[in-house]
Amino acid sequence: MFATRPEARPASVEVFVEDRPVMVPEGASAAAAVLLAGIPAIRETPVSGAPRLPYCMMGVCFDCLAEIDGVANRQACMVMVTPGMRIAPQRGARQARPGLAGKGA
Amino acid sequence: MRRFDLAVIGAGPAGMAAAVEAAHLGLSVLVVDEQPAPGGQVFRAVEAAGGDPALTEEFPEAGGALVRAFRAAEDIAYWPRATLWHVDLAGGVLSVLRDGVSEEVAATRLLLATGAQERPVPVPGWTLPGVMGAGAAQILLKTAGAVPRGPVVIAGQGPLAWLLAVQLLRAGAGPMTLLETGGKGALWDALRAGGLWTGRRLLRKGLSLVREARRHGLRVVRRVRNLQAGGEGRVRRVRWDGGEIACDTLLLHEGVIPSTHIGRALGLEHRWDEAQRCWRPVLDEWGASSHGFVAVAGDGGGIGGWEAAVATGHLAAIDAARRMDRLPAAECARRARPYQTRLASALALRPFLDRLYAPAPEMLVPPDDATIICRCEEVTAGQVRLAARLGATGPNQVKAYLRAGMGPCQGRMCGGTVAAVIAEERGIPIAEAGALRPRAPFKPLTVGELAALPPGDVA
Ligand code: FES
Repeated sequence: MFATRPEARPASVEVFVEDRPVMVPEGASAAAAVLLAGIPAIRETPVSGAPRLPYCMMGVCFDCLAEIDGVANRQACMVMVTPGMRIAPQRGARQARPGLAGKGA
Repeated sequence: MRRFDLAVIGAGPAGMAAAVEAAHLGLSVLVVDEQPAPGGQVFRAVEAAGGDPALTEEFPEAGGALVRAFRAAEDIAYWPRATLWHVDLAGGVLSVLRDGVSEEVAATRLLLATGAQERPVPVPGWTLPGVMGAGAAQILLKTAGAVPRGPVVIAGQGPLAWLLAVQLLRAGAGPMTLLETGGKGALWDALRAGGLWTGRRLLRKGLSLVREARRHGLRVVRRVRNLQAGGEGRVRRVRWDGGEIACDTLLLHEGVIPSTHIGRALGLEHRWDEAQRCWRPVLDEWGASSHGFVAVAGDGGGIGGWEAAVATGHLAAIDAARRMDRLPAAECARRARPYQTRLASALALRPFLDRLYAPAPEMLVPPDDATIICRCEEVTAGQVRLAARLGATGPNQVKAYLRAGMGPCQGRMCGGTVAAVIAEERGIPIAEAGALRPRAPFKPLTVGELAALPPGDVA
């Protein structure tokens, strides 16, 4: 679980992670909002249903795939928060494949 | 279609330096970067985070100066939040996704300044929530001022592990333990590799970090072997040979490797670098690759750190101007000299660091068959070994057999480990096992983004 440090970076943007409001600093990514919200997982793997949270925060691992403002398979660590953004976990079956991301979304 | 003399991919130290140099030499320049602000990973969000007391010295000073010079340069078209997803090498046409819309631009020369990624650390339990790359925690600090709560373990080695420990401790995180995974005798090996005298400034920087970490009460355990993360649904403890500790966050770091994804997809010639244990593109002294249209600068061409990256960015831009007849050869040589000198001094300590921080064998080839190698498709080391025994000769065959490398990350996380496991199983060098050859799109596109493209664009 992560926490902000208001003395260094005020948390001024309200977003919704699994429908719960979270205040995060401007410039944070949707993946950061997920970690600050403290939810146990942002996705389940398609193979075994194992829980995952963001691992690399720099667009490499794709373990942050989430549904953001209704669009599935977004790399949450590459999307900056905007006021009112809604971030929701996505379940295994809708996992992206190269070239076919968003299938079934 | 818009046309640029030089298209630079990445706005880190190399990309920014190349863009500034090229614009100064009269080239029209496009910079495409996935982040919302310039800086790359090393100086990520420096404009917003420069005042954070946890991130002092080099970050705001050197990073701030580079970004200011980049922002101040005229005639640079800067596209933040933009992703290069396809390159037509023959036509010199790039497909770039911006705000959900794909756009094509033409370029006379392409410079890949895509930087580095953390070396994946496939230890048992590394897929558990709460386990992250150390670099990931640093990005959270830079972009959100955020720190982990509860007991933190940093496991691994290298300058970034110490730097992150100090930054997180300054920011109030902890209690914190650093499990150093370096091998026995590494220091002696490293000393013999030399470079100490020329690299003394970097070495001093490292020693002062170690001192500050200790002042903050960092607990350090040395020579940690056979690391494992444990817990149900989240990491709760870390075990190693002879020890165990409870934690809520585990941050792994075994150094960084070049991001070669795009270069490999483009078919650029790459070679296996045994000292840095990674693939790197084959480049000449100016950063020119095996393809006449493409150059590479910065850590994406081989790990050298940000100062080397700045120098290679300048050199690649100077070379681009010369190739376009904007700079006479003599002037080119004169202009390049200070950057060649800086490059040499920035790289002086590398042989030392490469040896000192060589990953332990179990970090490169997981000994336990049950360890997951491919996070996307949950393929284990045992499955890859079996595939190798059944005849798979490299990661490209394993991809077909097991789907490792076929998930959304396209092998960015597993490619190197799969090759290392096959090489060991078959008793061949890693170079022979080969590198994954990814394909465009370099990043998955959504159906909506594909639909927005003109028909003939979708292969
Ligand atoms: S956390 Fe790795 S891609 Fe987003």
